[in-house]
Amino acid sequence: MANTPDYSWPPMETRQVMGQNIKRLDGPQKSAGRAKYTSDFTRKDLLFAAYQTSPYAHARVTKVDTTPAERMPGVKAVQVVSPAGTEVQWEGTEIVAVAAVTEEIATEAVGKIKVEYEVLPHLVREDDLTKAGTHVKAAGEKTVGDPEQAFQQAEVTSDGHYGIPVVTHCCLETHGQVIEWRGDHVNCWPSTQDVTRYAGTLAPNLKVPVANIDVRMDYVGGGFGSKFAPDSWGEVCARLSQKAGGAPVKLFLDRATEQLIAGNRPSAYAKIKLGGKKDGTITAWQSESWATGGVTGGGSPPLPYIIANIPNQRQNHSAVSVNCGPQRAWRAPNNQQASYLTCCAIEDFAAKAALDPLEVFKTNLNLYAPEARRATYAWQLDKAAELAEWKQLWKLRGQGSKGAVKRGLGIGFNAWAGMGHNSQCRAIIHADGSVEIEIGTQDLGTGTRTIITQVAAETFGLPVGAVGLTIGSNQLPPDSASGGSTTVGGVSASTRKASVNALAKLYEAAAPALGVEPAQLEARGGKIQVKGGGKSLTWAEACRKIGGGGSISETGANDSRNPGGLIAAGASGIQIADVSVDTETGVVKVNRYVAVQDCGLIINPRLAESQVYGAIIMGISTALFEQRVMDEQTGRMLNADMEFYKLAGISDIGDIVVHMDIRPENDKRGVIGLGEPPAIAICAAIGNAVANAIGVRVPRIPMTPDHVLDTLDGRAV
Amino acid sequence: MKSKKDPGSSAGPNPGFSRRGFLGVGLGSGAVGVGLLEKPAVAEPAGAEVVGPQAVPVTLNINGKPVNLTLEPRVTLLDAMRNYIGLTGAKKVCDRATCGACTVMLNGKIVYSCTVLAIDAQGKEIQTIEGLAAPGELHPVSAAFWNNDAQQCGYCTPGFVMAATGFLKENPNPTDADVRHGLGGNFCRCGTYMGIRKAVLEAAETLKKGGASNG
Repeated sequence: MANTPDYSWPPMETRQVMGQNIKRLDGPQKSAGRAKYTSDFTRKDLLFAAYQTSPYAHARVTKVDTTPAERMPGVKAVQVVSPAGTEVQWEGTEIVAVAAVTEEIATEAVGKIKVEYEVLPHLVREDDLTKAGTHVKAAGEKTVGDPEQAFQQAEVTSDGHYGIPVVTHCCLETHGQVIEWRGDHVNCWPSTQDVTRYAGTLAPNLKVPVANIDVRMDYVGGGFGSKFAPDSWGEVCARLSQKAGGAPVKLFLDRATEQLIAGNRPSAYAKIKLGGKKDGTITAWQSESWATGGVTGGGSPPLPYIIANIPNQRQNHSAVSVNCGPQRAWRAPNNQQASYLTCCAIEDFAAKAALDPLEVFKTNLNLYAPEARRATYAWQLDKAAELAEWKQLWKLRGQGSKGAVKRGLGIGFNAWAGMGHNSQCRAIIHADGSVEIEIGTQDLGTGTRTIITQVAAETFGLPVGAVGLTIGSNQLPPDSASGGSTTVGGVSASTRKASVNALAKLYEAAAPALGVEPAQLEARGGKIQVKGGGKSLTWAEACRKIGGGGSISETGANDSRNPGGLIAAGASGIQIADVSVDTETGVVKVNRYVAVQDCGLIINPRLAESQVYGAIIMGISTALFEQRVMDEQTGRMLNADMEFYKLAGISDIGDIVVHMDIRPENDKRGVIGLGEPPAIAICAAIGNAVANAIGVRVPRIPMTPDHVLDTLDGRAV
Repeated sequence: MKSKKDPGSSAGPNPGFSRRGFLGVGLGSGAVGVGLLEKPAVAEPAGAEVVGPQAVPVTLNINGKPVNLTLEPRVTLLDAMRNYIGLTGAKKVCDRATCGACTVMLNGKIVYSCTVLAIDAQGKEIQTIEGLAAPGELHPVSAAFWNNDAQQCGYCTPGFVMAATGFLKENPNPTDADVRHGLGGNFCRCGTYMGIRKAVLEAAETLKKGGASNG
């Protein structure tokens, strides 16, 4: 094609709207309580549904007697999910659901259903591999170089035990949906990270054509990787609606069930040995690791993380099957675990060699993969050290402070791809000058609405207020799931292309009036003008040239395999935690947390910083408080709630310093996703800071008082 | 005490007692909340009116207007607002007076509406986030949350805005440390606490300068 438009981003210094701290466009709705989430759905004929779930971790259902529920006034539909004969593999498995005219009746009715079980043996804890027996399966071995010889020749060796437990997503809006299945048409209002593909996933289960399923979602109350699919409750909700004669049914998990079955992050445990030289050069790695993600095992952290090119390695990994709810993707799957295990091992090696770990991280830069990121990490290590006052504050392990409260610093690193996903966008310019952008995407709270609008406004030379945006429906041009930090790249590229394509048509309409060729025009400052100055039309005047009340409607697509320079993959970051540990109480406090992060071209620095703050706060929560506590005796989760499943509160996070690495060489790479990378290294940095403070490694996350005190007292953790 | 999670119990996921019943039979001190249950929902001495379990007429004074409903006595204020009145700003998240997403004001004090029975809220002034500002307008606290990007998914935000509004009524000149302490009764999962700290301090300034507040 001779006339392929130039889609490339305007140069950094000429951008008018991109790069600005535009306030979140849906902020007023959210902060005034007016944003309508799916769980806020109200309609006069709405039915409420509730589940009865298995109290057993492993059992066979022997009887389900639904008659007590069916007899209750107000009950409109009953759906057995796990009929007699079903083998239940985890506590919280859905057995039966009831839809009724009120939430109270639904909850009471489903509780009256009599379910009987044959209880089977279970395993729900994987932290002690020696007790896991036949639940352990070999899940990979790898040897690189000659690890035996390398360890023999090593001047320094270190070894340690490290563990990071299962944590839950704990989305504030639980999983669920409203579904209305009337005749051959299904209306769905899910709480989802994937509006576009929801219908396609649900359709085969309902045996309804995808074309007959409408999906709408304006707001979602958290996902973090756990809300990609309609799930079994999507189908159950639809069947309850059909049985109830087509009334819309609202089925959302209660908090306990949410904690049990709607998503968790796999654990990872490892014994790791490092060998190297006195100068800090690492030459050998040995790890025996294991993890669980539920019944099917799962969880395979990529080791050694980032510092992947250690010349001599021996690894083996085991997967443990436990009778617990299945894992789901959790904000950078496997990366937090890998970062924790690797960075702890490096820190322990540095301590053994009596070296500054900052220097050890730098000494081994030539082992980082990919090679292209090494210079960025080198710069970021220095920048993070500067912001954390590393040179002034860091002391050799355990030699920091006198007195009961010890201060320490620790490092963690992150890496993530973040390549934009496939996305299509439609840009419409009306003859009256109004502009619409349509994409079947979703805004998880990451600011997707805002950045799409900024890209379109930048392209059209208009303020953001002049661009209308519609998202959140499968009737719009298809987007992809918001997962893997792929949304910002996908939607920004498709929006840019659709907008440039629409603008090209507007130039054709306006060019005759300006007496120039369309290619000589540009859109800036609310005008369509001849490049380099000269004649111009206002945006409204130019749009009137479209004529006859018509519209320009053009599409643009991002193809993740052929990104065309607008987007890229490969973000990196360095984080440093500064903590104080009270050795009498075991309480760990974050004094300051520094994050240096690159993510290519940044469309909205304020929203980008919010992503990093959020990732770090979530990470601090997992580093200090969160763990799924399983009781081997009963097979049950002891903290399937929010009282004892602890989340960080506003007073628990210390001061957070975010430095976005927006150097021009990063900007030139194009847009890269940011949701995940800054969430990776927090357990690593805090774990290392605690070890640095108290002089001994607390092997297991979270850094709770009991873990700290047990370690200080020489008890096993 | 029989545990709700005792697998030895026979009747599925909710054997033993429910929290609603728990409140009703006078063990209300087990439910801890900020300013919760001003007048505890304990069994009244002899002579007290016993209602239910069938639905009974209930009148709630919400945002200055009386709302007449017919509710079972076990219905919480939160469920009454969300399921019977269509006021969905307050969210049901933990359902156990832990997370604060359901925060509203009862006679000017912030409460967790998931742990107040609707019948006990009768005769009191209930203010929800919907009553903070006229349609199309933003209360100074909401505006400060927007200005400081103190929300991501936004599901905790209405509860935080209500908690912050109540907090600022009692602490019009807060320090950063006061904010960290005073808003400890609410949780955010996306991690917006940095913005919230700034927002509350900004809102304090706006309100002192006479920024319109009907809170």
